[in-house]
Amino acid sequence: MVAAALSLTRSGLRDWIFQRISAVILGLYVLVLLGFFITHSPLTYDQWKAFFHTASMEIFSLMALLSLIVHSWIGVWTVITDYLKPLYLRASAQVLLIAGLALFFAWGLRIIL
Amino acid sequence: MNKRPINLALTTIHFPLPAIISILHRISGVIIFFAIPILLWMLQASLSSASGFYTLQHCMESVTMRFIVWGILSALLYHVVAGVRHLLMDAGFFGSLAAIRLSSKISLIIAIIMILIAGVWIW
Repeated sequence: MVAAALSLTRSGLRDWIFQRISAVILGLYVLVLLGFFITHSPLTYDQWKAFFHTASMEIFSLMALLSLIVHSWIGVWTVITDYLKPLYLRASAQVLLIAGLALFFAWGLRIIL
Repeated sequence: MNKRPINLALTTIHFPLPAIISILHRISGVIIFFAIPILLWMLQASLSSASGFYTLQHCMESVTMRFIVWGILSALLYHVVAGVRHLLMDAGFFGSLAAIRLSSKISLIIAIIMILIAGVWIW
């Protein structure tokens, strides 16, 4: 279907599954970060940098970044298709969404690595 | 032609709680999406250098920044709580209408408590 051309997987069921896998990863990531901030207050730069650049944290951050892109692509795509009806408006919003996500992904990679 | 009764008494119709939970989940998701650049910018500043980190810490003392961060954190906490409820529903929990309503109430209460704690923590 043309309407689904700009969705992440072009399959409702696959979108549904991806949304849940990415949700679990993001939920755990938020939990770990909040847990760190709560147990390390007041935080110093050295503590923060050391924590963020451990190998396991870098891998976890990359997983969370990828999940964030997947999760917001599916989520915002759904919101756009629900509320923006005229085709040109909807298509422009979705193109902007994808461009924005590409920017966030590249920016996030630069920060994490 | 259509003789069906119409109820447009706006003071008596309202969304059921599960519908409110659902639309807030959506709204909080969109807020988080627009907050991504702010969060990335903060993350970048905090990791760039010691002076970048302490400048950001200093910025966090302003009331405006605290409100922004609390707002983003509130959307995030709500989204996670409503998301966990959603995943539990996918897994087959809260099968009855009563359980759906009760789980809506409980997740709203948990989210409000977490948002208040976050507010106290930030200030």
